Formats: sequence, structure tokens, C-alpha cells
Amino acid sequence: MAKTESTFKNMVLSLTLISLGASACLGFVYELTKEPIALSVLNKKLDAIRQVVPEFTNNPNEEMYRLPTGEGDSLDIYPAKKDGQIVGYAVSTYSKTAFSGNISLMAGFKPDGTILNIKVLEQKETPGLGTKMTEHGFKDQFNNKNPAQFHLKVKKDGGQVDAITAATISSRAFCDAVQRAYNTLQKGGQK
Amino acid sequence: MNQLQNLTKGFFKENPILVLVLGTCPTLATSSSALNGMGMGIATTFVLIGSNVVISLLSNVIPDKVRIPAFIVVIASFVTVVDLVMQAFVPALYEALGIFIPLIVVNCIVLGRAEAYASKNSVFSSFIDGLGMGLGFTMALGILGAFRELVGSGSILGHKFISGDGVLVFILAPGAFWALGYLIALINRIKRS
Repeated sequence: MAKTESTFKNMVLSLTLISLGASACLGFVYELTKEPIALSVLNKKLDAIRQVVPEFTNNPNEEMYRLPTGEGDSLDIYPAKKDGQIVGYAVSTYSKTAFSGNISLMAGFKPDGTILNIKVLEQKETPGLGTKMTEHGFKDQFNNKNPAQFHLKVKKDGGQVDAITAATISSRAFCDAVQRAYNTLQKGGQK
Repeated sequence: MNQLQNLTKGFFKENPILVLVLGTCPTLATSSSALNGMGMGIATTFVLIGSNVVISLLSNVIPDKVRIPAFIVVIASFVTVVDLVMQAFVPALYEALGIFIPLIVVNCIVLGRAEAYASKNSVFSSFIDGLGMGLGFTMALGILGAFRELVGSGSILGHKFISGDGVLVFILAPGAFWALGYLIALINRIKRS
């Protein structure tokens, strides 16, 4: 087959056809992967909730409600209930003061506000430094602390949190996110 | 050149990273651990094979003056497919690689092979070329990632064998440049002798 000449008609025609073919393929793949993607996002969320609150029997995802943070937006609260009794709250919180991009955490609280466990959902911190916030060595120091007594600031800023070495900004952002979750939950009242 | 040589040239003689030094941006960024590096390599291999085959099929239909936009459309489609499939079936790896999956579109190796090889050769040769180049890329990323992971965080494929930190700088960008530089020097040394 001879090479198609670069006339205006040929150029428009070939590019249009290629784009059409490409979009058809993409539409097909999108339909194919839509459900698995939605499922994996949901599973990830439920998994995170399961890690930060005690065992529950309800579906926290369906009973999710939003509370305003007082900064013009709101946080998602996932109540965990066992046999109708509230056993904890998982709060999906964030911080915009991280070293690179935003971080988002899932923080679990007891009904009295004590931190149960924290899981990092998303972070783009420096590998090997800020990424240590996902490790037990750092984040476990918050467990079983009540922010009412436990000052959620790194020691450098007069708080009680041991910052990650060489990642003070990331540690601050982590505290900021947890504090936001705690404040929102306390202020918003509990259902 | 027979097909075996065509396949193996990507590993050593024309290795995209170590000899051609193409696509260094994703190389430096995603080779912080062996698993990430190899995941990125396999994703790129898939795109390379797909785009090479389709472009060599279409090479006679595409007029010369619009070949680059046409190639980019084909490459971008394959990258989006990889992006969606990884998001659906390997979410953990998808998260680790992050922005560098969509950025395969602008990886010089992919467009470079399309322009320099696939548009001038048969479908089968292009397939082999894509496979060889992709595996060469994967190999280089794997070696680089394994080395950086070993020195930087003291672990192999995520299994930590020394406690505490390694030489942190190797996880960061400067370490990536050092490791890549010395690896290229080593390859050049081997090639010369």
C-alpha cells in the first residue's frame, strides 16, 4: 500500500479516524474497569475504617454524615456501631500544610474523643523522610491519647508530639489534620 | 538483523536508559524501590508494545505531516488503558507510581521507538522491538531500584533486613542521579573492554 499523501483532506481524515478509534477503545476499557475501580476505592475506605475503630456491625459507609470544619468545608464522619451502640468514629481528615501536596488521614476516635488509631490514606511526602508518617514508629504515639490533654503539636512548637527526624513540616501537617478531625467532631456534636 | 538480536538489543547494546539515556525523568523518580521500578517498567513495556504494533500497522495510512499527533493519540490511549487497568486491579502499585503512569505519554522512549522504528518496520519486528526495549527499560529500572532500596532503606523488595535508616540520600533525587550515573559509567566500562 502506498503511503498516504499529506494533503489537507487526508490529514483531517486520518487524524479524525484515529481519534475516533482511540476514543471507542477507551470508552470500552472505561466501562470494563468502572466497577472494579469503584469497588477497590470502597474497599480501601472500609479497610481504613476497620483499622482505626473497634469492631462494628453496621455499615459506616452508608451512615456517613458530614460535619463543617469551620473553615468553609466539611469532613466525612463514619460512625461505627456495634449492636446499635456507638463504639467509635472514623473521621476522614486532611491537611493542606504538608511538604508536598495535601495529606489525607483516617482518624479513629472513641466517643469521648480519645484517639484510637490513625491511618494515612494519601500523602506525597518525601520518600524516606515524610513518608515515615505512615509507619508505626511515628503514628502510634497518638494512639490512646485524648487531644483534650495531649497537646497536638510537635515538641519544637511547644507540643507533645515527637516529630519525624528531618520531616518537621510533615509531622506538623499530620498534627494539623488530627486536630482538625478532633475539633470538628467535638464541635459538631455526636449523633 | 534477526529477531533474536532485535529482542536483545534493548537489554544491553541499545538499552533505553543506560545507553540511549532516554526517559530519565520517570527513571529517576520511580526507581526508589525495586518493586516500584519494575512496576513502572512493566507498565511502560505494555505501552511500548501496544503503540509499536498499532503505529506500524497504521504507518502507511498516516500522512507524514501529521504523524506526531497521530502517534501521540495512539500512545495516550494505551497509557490511559494502563492507567485504568492498574487503578482497578493493582491499586497499591497505582498509588505508589502516582503521576508517573499518565506521564508515560511523554516518555521519550515510547515516541522515540514509534518514530525511529515502528513507523518504518513490519508489525512483527515492531512488536519484538517494543518487547525488547520495554524489558530493557524494566531491567534497568529494576537494578537501579534494587540498588537504591538496598542502600537507601536497607531492604530488598520491601523486606527490611537492617533496622533503622539506610543512606537516606539514595532514596531522594540526588541519590537517583548518582546511582544512574555510576550505572551508566559501569556499562560504558564493560562495553569498552
